[in-house]
Amino acid sequence: MTAHSTSAVTLAPHRVGAMVLRYLYLLRSSWTRLVELIYWPAVQLFVWGFLQLYIAQNSGFFARATGVFIAAVLMWDVLFRGQLGFSVSFLEEMWSRNLSNLMISPLRPIEFVCALMIMSIVRLAIGMVPVTFLAIAFFGFNVYSLGFALAAFFLNLILTSWAVGIVVSGVLLRNGMGAESLAWTLMFVLMPLTCVYYPVSVLPDWLQVIAWALPPTYVFEGMRALVMEQVFRADLMVEAFALNAIYLAAAVIAFLALLNSSRRSGSLLQTGE
Amino acid sequence: MTQAAEPAIAVDQLVKVYRTTRAVDGISFALEPGSVTGLLGGNGAGKTTTIAMIMGLVTPTSGTVNVLGAAMPRQRYQVLHKMNFESPYIDMPHRLTVRQNLKVFGRLYAVEDLNGRIAALAQELDLTGFLDRPTGKLSAGQKTRVALAKALINSPQVLLLDEPTASLDPDTADWVRGHLERFREERGATVLLASHNMSEVERLCERVIIMKRGRIEDDDTPQRLLIRYGRETLEEVFLDVVRGRGEAREAAQ
Repeated sequence: MTAHSTSAVTLAPHRVGAMVLRYLYLLRSSWTRLVELIYWPAVQLFVWGFLQLYIAQNSGFFARATGVFIAAVLMWDVLFRGQLGFSVSFLEEMWSRNLSNLMISPLRPIEFVCALMIMSIVRLAIGMVPVTFLAIAFFGFNVYSLGFALAAFFLNLILTSWAVGIVVSGVLLRNGMGAESLAWTLMFVLMPLTCVYYPVSVLPDWLQVIAWALPPTYVFEGMRALVMEQVFRADLMVEAFALNAIYLAAAVIAFLALLNSSRRSGSLLQTGE
Repeated sequence: MTQAAEPAIAVDQLVKVYRTTRAVDGISFALEPGSVTGLLGGNGAGKTTTIAMIMGLVTPTSGTVNVLGAAMPRQRYQVLHKMNFESPYIDMPHRLTVRQNLKVFGRLYAVEDLNGRIAALAQELDLTGFLDRPTGKLSAGQKTRVALAKALINSPQVLLLDEPTASLDPDTADWVRGHLERFREERGATVLLASHNMSEVERLCERVIIMKRGRIEDDDTPQRLLIRYGRETLEEVFLDVVRGRGEAREAAQ
């Protein structure tokens, strides 16, 4: 493959690397951005961690379920922060009015998406790794003791977060900064539906059908089975992965359709409000 | 018999309709390789939309655009690495230093010996003193020079400029024009320049296309336009065209 392949579906590592470098330069230049990455996950951890301690002291059931809330809040943050990491990196281009420069460069949409995925993991690692050590220090909960299951949970959650991030970025491309609030709020629709803090059986029957159509539901159910019953539900992870493959493919198709629509409507020229 | 060179940019019956607005209305032109052409027109004449369609940033409603033989926007990845664009209305990331921005764009365009290229551009465009300062903290003139450096980072064969000297003081604007002249002479690039500055167009362009309400109203060399309109300056010609005096004069004749 040459440096100037003419195919639209080419994936050139030097262009993905250029975009990752651009976001790393930005993170390095702004300590407030770095602090923000850790701040909210840490706050969430302490709220739910202390709540879990309090409930455990007053309930035999929760005393046996040590760590279930903490595991849930950490998993939720992987889902939420993973999507934010993707969407905020994309928003940086709109905030800095740099999107047109990228769109007239040889950068392919798929390379742009790959760079955003990498940055989502980088931002997540900066925010979450210190918080997992706080969970060990303050609540004695070691998420790394989940071993292979943790990798399966993480993979499925990050895939869902990317699917949502890709769709949000497409909507931003097409509709401009007026759609920015979607980047910050869309994932919260999934919070009650994916049963982060309670089992799916709590939901009414008709809502359970929707819940089981969402990959994170399988992860949170699997996490509770592991933490409370010490059972790893591989079947749930496989089903979640299959759903994620469908959603991710659909998200990429939607992104490309929204990009083409932006070219037709001229919205790539006007990426303001 | 020598065969005519294929146009660097060929636009044929190009139309762009935004909902109910006909921004570009059936324009056609071809630019020879190595030529410098001015695209003139009042606000809303369709200049920016035309340039955006040439870059593949906007899809035409109908008609065709070919750049270096590639149909835009369908075959844009065949030629985007040979093109570049500069406009004061597009920024570069403010928090990144000038050097960092040029490194990122240099890598996107797969520029060989990137550090050497950045050093050469810094020398040519007088960026050396602020290469390691955040781009957002530069003056308007410095930002324009950085944007020009970004536009020249890949030594483009086709350079599109949208009001490259807007909001610059006369000295800096003159300096930028001088640099563009040198770049064109050394590189032999095809340049399409949208501008409201008539003296800039007279100085840089060997051909002028004047647009009005999405259509080409006139297309000629600056000298022939002055003779045909019986005017002293291109600004007077431009005013004649956009205010319809040209049509009135032709009708009277």
